[in-house]
Amino acid sequence: MQTISYADRIPNNVDLAEDRALNRALERWQPAFLDWWRDTGPEGSANFDVYLRTAVSVDPQGWAHFDYVKMPEYRWGIFLTPFASGATIRFGEHKGQPVWQDVPGEHRANLRRIIVTQGDTEPASVEQQRHLGLTAPSLYDLRNLFQVNVEEGRHLWAMVYLLHRYFGRDGREEAEALLTRRSGDADNPRILGAFNERTPDWLSFFMFTYFTDRDGKFQLAALAESGFEPLARTTKFMLTEEAHHMFVGESGVARVIQRTCEVMKQLGTDDPAKLRAAGVIDLSTIQRYLNFHYSVTIDLFGADQSSNAATFYTSGLKGRFDEGKRDDDHVLKGRTYTIQNVRDGRLVDEEAPLLNALNEVLRDDFIRDSVAGVGRWNRVIEKAGLPFRLEVPHKAFHRKIGTLAQVHVTPDGRVVSEAEWNASAGRWLPGVEDRAFVASLMGRVTEPGKFANWIAPPAVGINRQAVDFEYVRFN
Amino acid sequence: MDSQHSEAHAPPQVDYQVAGDAYRHLKVRYDGPVATITLDVDEDAPIRAGYRLKLNSYDLGVDIELHDALQRIRFEHPEVGSVVLTSAKDRVFCSGANIFMLGQSSHAWKVNFCKFTNETRNGIEDSSRHSGLKFVAACNGTTAGGGYEMALACDEIVLVDDRSSAVSLPEVPLLGVLPGTGGLTRLTDKRKVRRDLADMFCTTTEGVRGERAKAWRLVDEVVKPSEFAAYVERRARQLAEQSDRPHDAKGIALPPLSRTIDERGYHYRFVGVDIDREAHRATLLVRAPEGAEPAGVAEINARGAAWWPLAMARELDDAILMLRTNELDIGTWILRTEGDVARVLAVDETLARHAGDWFVRETIGLLRRTLARLEVSSRTLIALVDRGSCFAGSLFELALAADRTYMLDVPDEPDAAPRIALSTMNFGAYPRVDGRARIASRFYDEGEPIEAARATIGRAMGAEEASALGLVTVALDDIDWDDEIRIVLEERASMSPDALTGMEANLRFGGGETMETRVFGRLSAWQNWIFQRPNAVGEAGALKVFGTGNKARFDWDRV
Repeated sequence: MQTISYADRIPNNVDLAEDRALNRALERWQPAFLDWWRDTGPEGSANFDVYLRTAVSVDPQGWAHFDYVKMPEYRWGIFLTPFASGATIRFGEHKGQPVWQDVPGEHRANLRRIIVTQGDTEPASVEQQRHLGLTAPSLYDLRNLFQVNVEEGRHLWAMVYLLHRYFGRDGREEAEALLTRRSGDADNPRILGAFNERTPDWLSFFMFTYFTDRDGKFQLAALAESGFEPLARTTKFMLTEEAHHMFVGESGVARVIQRTCEVMKQLGTDDPAKLRAAGVIDLSTIQRYLNFHYSVTIDLFGADQSSNAATFYTSGLKGRFDEGKRDDDHVLKGRTYTIQNVRDGRLVDEEAPLLNALNEVLRDDFIRDSVAGVGRWNRVIEKAGLPFRLEVPHKAFHRKIGTLAQVHVTPDGRVVSEAEWNASAGRWLPGVEDRAFVASLMGRVTEPGKFANWIAPPAVGINRQAVDFEYVRFN
Repeated sequence: MDSQHSEAHAPPQVDYQVAGDAYRHLKVRYDGPVATITLDVDEDAPIRAGYRLKLNSYDLGVDIELHDALQRIRFEHPEVGSVVLTSAKDRVFCSGANIFMLGQSSHAWKVNFCKFTNETRNGIEDSSRHSGLKFVAACNGTTAGGGYEMALACDEIVLVDDRSSAVSLPEVPLLGVLPGTGGLTRLTDKRKVRRDLADMFCTTTEGVRGERAKAWRLVDEVVKPSEFAAYVERRARQLAEQSDRPHDAKGIALPPLSRTIDERGYHYRFVGVDIDREAHRATLLVRAPEGAEPAGVAEINARGAAWWPLAMARELDDAILMLRTNELDIGTWILRTEGDVARVLAVDETLARHAGDWFVRETIGLLRRTLARLEVSSRTLIALVDRGSCFAGSLFELALAADRTYMLDVPDEPDAAPRIALSTMNFGAYPRVDGRARIASRFYDEGEPIEAARATIGRAMGAEEASALGLVTVALDDIDWDDEIRIVLEERASMSPDALTGMEANLRFGGGETMETRVFGRLSAWQNWIFQRPNAVGEAGALKVFGTGNKARFDWDRV
């Protein structure tokens, strides 16, 4: 049998060359990964040269190495932030004890579940986005899409590394299953609901990378606190890449808004019909897209009261966002947190045990962070001198998970009857007609420096390159 | 805050009667020969306050509805040959008994709850064995703990293969207790899961899914989501085709029982319960038919739920459930009968002659399950055969179920003395949970006494003969009766209720084991012990801390 030196092909800082078990696991998995990429990765892109960033080491110079790459030859690496000796667990019942370098037997099932659930989202988003390349509004955006895609692929590698290295046969089986589930496949779906939704157009893509990848940021940040150190170090490094995805989302939506505002001023109108006729996306449609992606994303944080969340925290598996910066005992027993509950069809504030409410804590952290970016979008509108403001909807709006799923709530927080909801949902969420209109704008722009009519160019290019740099060569 | 609420109020009595089919937690759909019971548990409607029934978890209230639904399928829908058990929740079939309910409940509540759920699961198997009803568990999502035990009671388990739904018994690793509703026993005895694989399965919180679940025999088939409904439908139809239940018979409606509850007890048409709280005992009186009961199938059907054997069995079943749930300190149940021996024997003749008719068969089934329920109720059972009684045939089963039977002898006035009588129904129609007729079990399957008893079929006997045949414990002269009975009851009531429960169960179920006796006996003995131990229910016990995020702390000594 031919032996392949994976250590050469796979940039890593985990001593891959010396790890027999890992090499053997990768012998099977790596070809399967490439098959998966070919079948469900960016459509028709195998031969493109794409100006991509590749992480070749974890030092500041190494993690952002730019060059043209054919994506199937992308060097998906395995990186953990450097080992810090003497680290201790920062929260839960094991607080103060040395961090674990191996999986403690009693936490095996929960850790595996956490890693599989996180890992499953990475290939899922690549699958959701696979057709977007055909309608990219510019080479710059196409390159950003591909960068996001290869990095989601690398995040999959990171989770698979943990499964292969620390979870034995079960881990290998789960790693294989990560490649066999398919986003949106009714028989074989991805684990989380939002990752089975379609990402049909670029406005959805920008919203997804702004909101849903931000969920990723908060989940990864909570896992970066884990007492299982390989998980903590892996997720810390993933966070550096997640930041770029959110940048793609935030700047993408901002550029759509900017272009719409330009046309609004040119035409002196805020009439959606006239703006649509002029080929830009009216702000009210953007608001509806925002409502949809925001509400679907906050569902990802799970039920507002969760015994799993409590167990994960107490066991030292998953902390809070910024655990180290929080000024409390990091054990949280006997403390409470205010959550929203439904009583007699009304929303009321209630105290719940903090440990059980940790999903809600993370969701609220996410909400604060999301609102900040929406503020920056509003500054684009403000700068244009227009009165419209975007807003995130109420936390209880359009929820499918947890207590709030029992009621229909408007974006401004009013509980309404099912009849009223059905009559009005079209004003709050993108409808078939909205989606058809946005889809009608999508067409591939391939000339360097040119941008589709509905989106403004970025202020600067990638890696200090010009905006009209040839970010993708189609060959 | 609810200022009306006061600790002084006794909790309301648990009632096993469900009004009509107004279920809160499940839906039943009838589609020709297939009935589908869909679990859709209302999480805000627990039977006791203090927990929410999330993820299709169940408590006694949910199981009471399941029990009622099964009963209605048996009697009201003879056209049904197979039953599908499934869930209306997304990606969850059933997550088992509600853990927060178990965590807050008294030991007695837990045991009573487990007992009833066990009986309902056994009832599913009983109907599969005797009544031509087959059951398919259509596990369309996570099937955990008691949810899997419910599936195990079915003839076939179909699990959706959506790459995440698994079957699991996580009681040991998550809760520090056992799967207490037959889970362990059915894995081995029924599904013949190899015991090393069963060991892995029962210690893996996340369970087993997909092809491995099938390879380990944990499920019969795994099916993709898009093909799941069609597969279940097809299997249910195939199973229904093999059923010998009639396609065209008219069902027998089960109207609410007419029952009055007062300080003295429960009063039904043919059954009365008289509670003596001070003496910690209750008298269950079963009355014979008041007139001639119909003898032909058509007439029996016309009589419907008012037909004596069915009406009496429903009332007795309800009385047993009410007493054992709501009257914990009533430790001795005195079993009495009243009426005409000949009328009871006449009914038995009808039962025996038409045992092949679906409705008669279902009625015999209900009697069989009711008598079995009596024997596992953890109460001292003493049958008193006194003046005016009618312990004959099917009603003599009550005496055979009792721990002791006292029979009155009236030497001076032989015509006034009570008589007992046996019928063919005593020789196999009502097997106990150990699979044997009570007569056979009483004599440890020895031929001679059983044959001697069989030779008396249809003939009324006095105390002397009954005693000589070993059919009663003691024959008492009328001059001794009152004092002797008083002393027996007072003495019994003075002993440790725990020791009595244990002793009685041991003596009642001597001889061979079956899966059912193992479910009730071996497993519940272990479970009862574990449920009492600090490792489960102490301040830091696994059951107590589940869901709080606190870690269980164990006493590591093996006992």
